[in-house]
Amino acid sequence: MLELLRQPWPWYVAGPLIGLTVPALLLIGNKALGISSSLRHVCAACMPAGIPFLTYDWRKEIWNLFFVLGIGIGGFIGYRLMGHPDTIAISADTVRDLKTQMGLTDFSGLLPKELFALENLANWKGWVFMVLGGFLVGFGTRYAGGCTSGHAISGLSNLQWVSLVAVIGFFAGGLLLTWVIYPLLF
Amino acid sequence: MKNLKYLVLGVLFGIILTKSEVISWFRIQEMFRFQAFHMYGVIGSAIVVGLISIQLIKRNRLKTINGEEIKLTDKQYNHGTWIGGTIFGLGWALTGACPGPLFAQLGSGVAAAAVMVLAALAGTWTYSALREKLPM
Repeated sequence: MLELLRQPWPWYVAGPLIGLTVPALLLIGNKALGISSSLRHVCAACMPAGIPFLTYDWRKEIWNLFFVLGIGIGGFIGYRLMGHPDTIAISADTVRDLKTQMGLTDFSGLLPKELFALENLANWKGWVFMVLGGFLVGFGTRYAGGCTSGHAISGLSNLQWVSLVAVIGFFAGGLLLTWVIYPLLF
Repeated sequence: MKNLKYLVLGVLFGIILTKSEVISWFRIQEMFRFQAFHMYGVIGSAIVVGLISIQLIKRNRLKTINGEEIKLTDKQYNHGTWIGGTIFGLGWALTGACPGPLFAQLGSGVAAAAVMVLAALAGTWTYSALREKLPM
């Protein structure tokens, strides 16, 4: 059992557990699962700068920051303490495409070092993948009113058509980048 | 300490994200290239379980552990839903991470995650500052 927990978890174990987080948060405190809101609360706490959208009592939403802190701790436990493979077993087709289309050679770790090593901040790759990418995540999630957790999982679970529109947007953006913009960049 | 339960649930959530490898850039690329079922299986089965759970809560009028009525608020549509959604999608394919996985990566010791979280905060702050000027 312990050995099984140390292996990567299949989708049919992880997905249902993620789904159960939705009723768990409702039952323990009437909270809706949503993670990107934490970014707004941090902005409101650290640099409200008189912006109306950041002027509210973020302390009332502090549960969300505890939840996110927990996710960080969970990342440490899940990756560092419970073990992980050196190279994630992704599809051979994806490996081939990333090699031929993007010139990647190192498939170890969670992210390709050829794009996400901090040294890349000295060239365009680091700025596009880390800085621009992160910026778009923070900007887009708040503009859309949620991310994968708030819209795709929490929203669709509650049959919100608004969330379906948002999720179609998520995929439209992701597919556009993967199929149209990546080939232009590499 | 009434917030401790959210911390504990967050830890479990972070472990699930990490052990199922959805915090990996490679997995997100595999998803956007339709080359594996893994991510679709994770997200799809999460939605199915969430949906059944919410139906059970509604039909049985379940209350919270403190005996409160469970409130489910409807999401409001505006043009930001699809414009912002598409902008987030572009960022998702670049970083290979949505906000939850970014925090899990940070905990797992990925240095790039610190840069991406700071950039995401800058993005949220910029949106907040420009909000009144954006199409809604």
